[in-house]
Amino acid sequence: MSLLAHRTSPLWIAALIHRLSGLGLAIFLPFHFLALGLAISGEARLENFLRWTDQPLVKLSETLLVGLLAVHMLGGLRLLMLENFAWRGGQAWLALSAIAAAAVIAFLFLASMF
Amino acid sequence: MNVRLYIWQRGTALLLLPLLLLHLAVIFYATRKGLSAADILARTRGSVAWALYYGVFVAAISVHASIGVRTILAEWMPLPARMVNPAAILFGLLLAVLGIRAIAAVVLP
Amino acid sequence: MAATLQVSLWRGGTEGRYVDYEVPMRQSQTVLDVVTFVQRNLDSTLSYRFACRVGMCGSCAMTVNGRPRWTCRTHVSKVAADGRLKIGPLANLPVIKDLAADMREFFVKWQGAKGRFAPSKTRFDPIERILPDSAPRIAANAAIECINCGVCYAACDTVRWNPDYLGPAALNRAWTLVNDVRDAGNTERFAAVAANGGCHACHSHQSCQEHCPLALNPTASIAGLKRRTAQVYLRGEIKP
Repeated sequence: MSLLAHRTSPLWIAALIHRLSGLGLAIFLPFHFLALGLAISGEARLENFLRWTDQPLVKLSETLLVGLLAVHMLGGLRLLMLENFAWRGGQAWLALSAIAAAAVIAFLFLASMF
Repeated sequence: MNVRLYIWQRGTALLLLPLLLLHLAVIFYATRKGLSAADILARTRGSVAWALYYGVFVAAISVHASIGVRTILAEWMPLPARMVNPAAILFGLLLAVLGIRAIAAVVLP
Repeated sequence: MAATLQVSLWRGGTEGRYVDYEVPMRQSQTVLDVVTFVQRNLDSTLSYRFACRVGMCGSCAMTVNGRPRWTCRTHVSKVAADGRLKIGPLANLPVIKDLAADMREFFVKWQGAKGRFAPSKTRFDPIERILPDSAPRIAANAAIECINCGVCYAACDTVRWNPDYLGPAALNRAWTLVNDVRDAGNTERFAAVAANGGCHACHSHQSCQEHCPLALNPTASIAGLKRRTAQVYLRGEIKP
């Protein structure tokens, strides 16, 4: 879409990432709750499911989800600061640091599993 | 989006910040030596503390996520305006119901 | 042979198409110069809007290579990559004809945000002393220079996605009046900007700030409105 070509400001991209990460988490949540709900049928059912999640592809998805969680939370924190404290410049830097920090957290999660 | 929804969304966001930090810490702790059902349930079964923590968590996230989804439905989806609020509320209820069921699943002995 | 610009101009109303023209390149040429050349020498049926042509009135705002700008203050050398220009009317507004957008909805929303002064005194009362270094006056002054050119409105994606959204300019003006100690209309104004499509619809993309030719910051003004309306709402003074 040519419209996107003119929306390259870091703050606009940060807002898009915030929205998409929120959407991703919102879609994931019901499945997360359903998975935990397997324990109703007993420990074995949950354990079987957890063993299924040991596959690398699933672990990669989990890493992505942890990243989405971190980026959405840090981006939200940036918004709360923007809206409630005295205006400050240099926000593009803040937005980029938040995204970088989220990526680091996700990577640490991935690394901790190997 | 109006001031009422805004307060609820920003308010639950503030509440979720410490809850989420703890959740991330739990995730890292629980997955350090491979996740197992036995480990999870040993922590949560019969625990009033976990029930309360996750209960508040589910309540806050149901409100927060449904308001967020509402904005996306209103701005990005070609839904008629009058269907946006009911759809968002339905999603919030779905999260709340599934969430409470999940808490019951891991907490009840 | 002198260099030429390849210029695409929007022709038509909301339905229409881009038509190509060749315009001679000149030194220190502005985009408004280019549009004027086309209308005077190539196609007199072209419709466009301008007035002061010196960057004071905001009338000449158009979409230039995808961004809303004042065409009289946009040097061709700064925006025409490879000698190409694509010019259309301001986005997010209905089109009257060619490069002229219909600004009525912009002004309707200006009024919708209660962007007009509500007097609290008469001419028989003593003149209000406004100290220029008082916090409210500093806040109002930071946002007061808006000349309603519509560039921020055209740049804003929330305006594009949300037809109810009052927009950055209207809310920015409301903020200046919220900070005007002489104004008596704040209860109505808070209710107006706290309703659906008010300040809370802003996602802080800051496209408005990025594009404002006067370097105003509607996002900051809107953040101020969010804070004040939250306080007023929690105190029960408004019920939107």
